[in-house]
Amino acid sequence: MKLNRRAFVGTGMAAASTLAAPNVHAASHGKPKVVVVGGGAGGATAARYVAKDSAGEIDVTLIEPSRSYYTCFFSNLYIGGFRDLASIEHSYGTLASEYGINVVHDWAVGVDRDAKTVSLAGGGAVPYDRLILSPGIDFVDGAVPGWDVTAQNAMPHAYKGGSQTELLKAQIAAMPEGGTYVMVAPPNPYRCPPGPYERISMVAHVLKATNPTAKIIIADPKEKFSKQALFEEGWQKHYGGMIERIGPDFGGGNVSVDPAAMTVDIDGEVVQADVVNVIPAQKAGLICDAAGLTEGNWAPVSGHTMQSRMDENIHILGDATNQGDMPKSGYSANSQAKVAAMAVRGALTGSRVFPAKFSNTCWSLIDTEDGVKVGATYEATDEKIAKVDGFVSQTGEDAALRKATYEESIGWYEGITSDMFG
Amino acid sequence: MMRGFKAIFLAMVLPMGSAIAEEDVAPIGDAERGAELYKQCSGCHMVGPDARNRTGPPLNGIFDRKAGAIEGFFYSKGLKRAAADGLIWDLEHLDAYIENPKALVSGTRMSFRGVKEAQDRRDVLAYLRLFSDNPQNIPEAAPTAQAVEVALSPEVLAIVGDAEYGEYLSSECKTCHQRDGSDQGIPSITLWPEEDFVIAMHAYRKKIRPHPVMQMMAGRLSDEEIAALAAYFAKLE
Ligand SMILES: Cc1cc2nc3c(=O)[nH]c(=O)nc-3n(C[C@H](O)[C@H](O)[C@H](O)COP(=O)(O)OP(=O)(O)OC[C@H]3O[C@@H](n4cnc5c(N)ncnc54)[C@H](O)[C@@H]3O)c2cc1C
Repeated sequence: MKLNRRAFVGTGMAAASTLAAPNVHAASHGKPKVVVVGGGAGGATAARYVAKDSAGEIDVTLIEPSRSYYTCFFSNLYIGGFRDLASIEHSYGTLASEYGINVVHDWAVGVDRDAKTVSLAGGGAVPYDRLILSPGIDFVDGAVPGWDVTAQNAMPHAYKGGSQTELLKAQIAAMPEGGTYVMVAPPNPYRCPPGPYERISMVAHVLKATNPTAKIIIADPKEKFSKQALFEEGWQKHYGGMIERIGPDFGGGNVSVDPAAMTVDIDGEVVQADVVNVIPAQKAGLICDAAGLTEGNWAPVSGHTMQSRMDENIHILGDATNQGDMPKSGYSANSQAKVAAMAVRGALTGSRVFPAKFSNTCWSLIDTEDGVKVGATYEATDEKIAKVDGFVSQTGEDAALRKATYEESIGWYEGITSDMFG
Repeated sequence: MMRGFKAIFLAMVLPMGSAIAEEDVAPIGDAERGAELYKQCSGCHMVGPDARNRTGPPLNGIFDRKAGAIEGFFYSKGLKRAAADGLIWDLEHLDAYIENPKALVSGTRMSFRGVKEAQDRRDVLAYLRLFSDNPQNIPEAAPTAQAVEVALSPEVLAIVGDAEYGEYLSSECKTCHQRDGSDQGIPSITLWPEEDFVIAMHAYRKKIRPHPVMQMMAGRLSDEEIAALAAYFAKLE
């Protein structure tokens, strides 16, 4: 099936590459070419680092359909009213103007791994010597019975940035007094392990002020979740009685929805809801599958270089990968991008290559100035990216430390977004 | 008089009938000698009955106090940050601080070059602890009382860092520390003197400086890697 798919893409490409013949030749002659698909946490960082550190020796093309990138990180703070939308929107202008990256606003629809070209939805193909894929996530079909992307307006996921996040915020604002918000939480592994629970905190923060009799229900297929003790302590402290989590023991994993009726069936009990936030099970961005680079739902990679286990000319980053112990986060994708950029430059220009080092820290906001964090460092082994050391905020920390942690997250946001977009 | 105090103190902490001989309990240092050495501190810090804020805060009860806790004293941003990170003035941290204030707390207003001799520091601290309300809290002979040296051997300080390697390693810093030197929420790391940087990173690695993320990051850097980072950052200026 994968082979067929690839063969199909390959044939399509053959036609396209005839048209684009001069380009294809350029790949083997002129400067080495790096193509990056996806301008998010992984892709934008990788493009910027390859361009910056090769100082003009490598041609970098970034393929990204959107003209604005709305970060998912801090999108919960937007929902909670702590950020405005403009503050989480970023453009690709500096990558083009200061780093000389050729930014192409289009979708990559296929990869011809033999000819080493990427085909675009708008037609044509872009040749590469090394390809970097960081397409983020897509949703597993049928993961929540009754829901598919055509229902995302009635029941938003808000798990990709931008319009979905705006929609969810507007729906929360429009909830009737004493209304019900239901979140269908995803199974592991998924993007941003504390993300759904930070979101619950931010929704509760808004409702406590505007609609204090409203209820929040989480249907959760997981026994445990990230920073659970910290969130539960915070919910108790700030939003006592407002939030009910139904775990797998009580049927939280047995859920279907009816978007037309706005009902959620949790293990046979039908809940009438005003807002239903469905975060379905996830898989690698579709382009990975189209390129024949996935195994199960994710794309396996080597931690030493972030190269695909299936094609050494392709590096895959971020949420789409199966790499080992790192959580799927923006911080992780950014960290992996730097390893990949170094490996790509090493391969194409002979620059020095050092041992891969990775790290991650995820901050979450529970209520005003009540921030917590979890983090770890990692190293590459032959079979995976393996955790070395880690820490997590403690329950019962004093207010000054929680405030400092929140302020730190603001600094991190500024740091990582300027590391991505220049 | 000082010696007398010490003898009384030891009598209090030692369990009655303890078999531990007095010489097994290492006192911090010689408080009498410390009183002399304290003169280099007294220009800024008062200690004793009427001590109040001067250029620096008063040092009564300093042992085991949270950093940055004196009402009405105008602390630097760096010290407030270290306080929020959980810095407590226990013996180990006081020792590290007076050895090299900036290595423990970047941006501290305490412009003092530090007391280089370990014995001198111990003596000053022995003097200061006479003014702490609750000296029983100080683990006089416990392993934690063994001061961890922030002082780096000349060999470590002499390592010539590989700036190119440092550039790669520094990419990890830039996920959080902003390139333009802004220091909102997270301190700036630009324009940092090379040696201060090296000492600070070693202090994180030894978990003397508080902050879980930095302790974790530095925890896995070798001496050469710290030197490489320093060489790269130095080259930036
Ligand atoms: C609510 C929420 C909160 C979060 N909070 C945090 C946080 O606090 N800290 C943190 O570190 N992480 C956080 N994350 C996770 C973080 O957003 C992701 O892990 C990160 O964005 C992953 O980076 P990526 O490069 O893999 O994918 P993305 O950043 O999603 O980038 C993928 C890009 O690829 C593009 N793309 C996809 N397919 C194609 C194609 N075929 N052709 C061209 N372009 C394509 C997309 O348009 C997109 O711009 C959060 C996520 C959510 C949902």
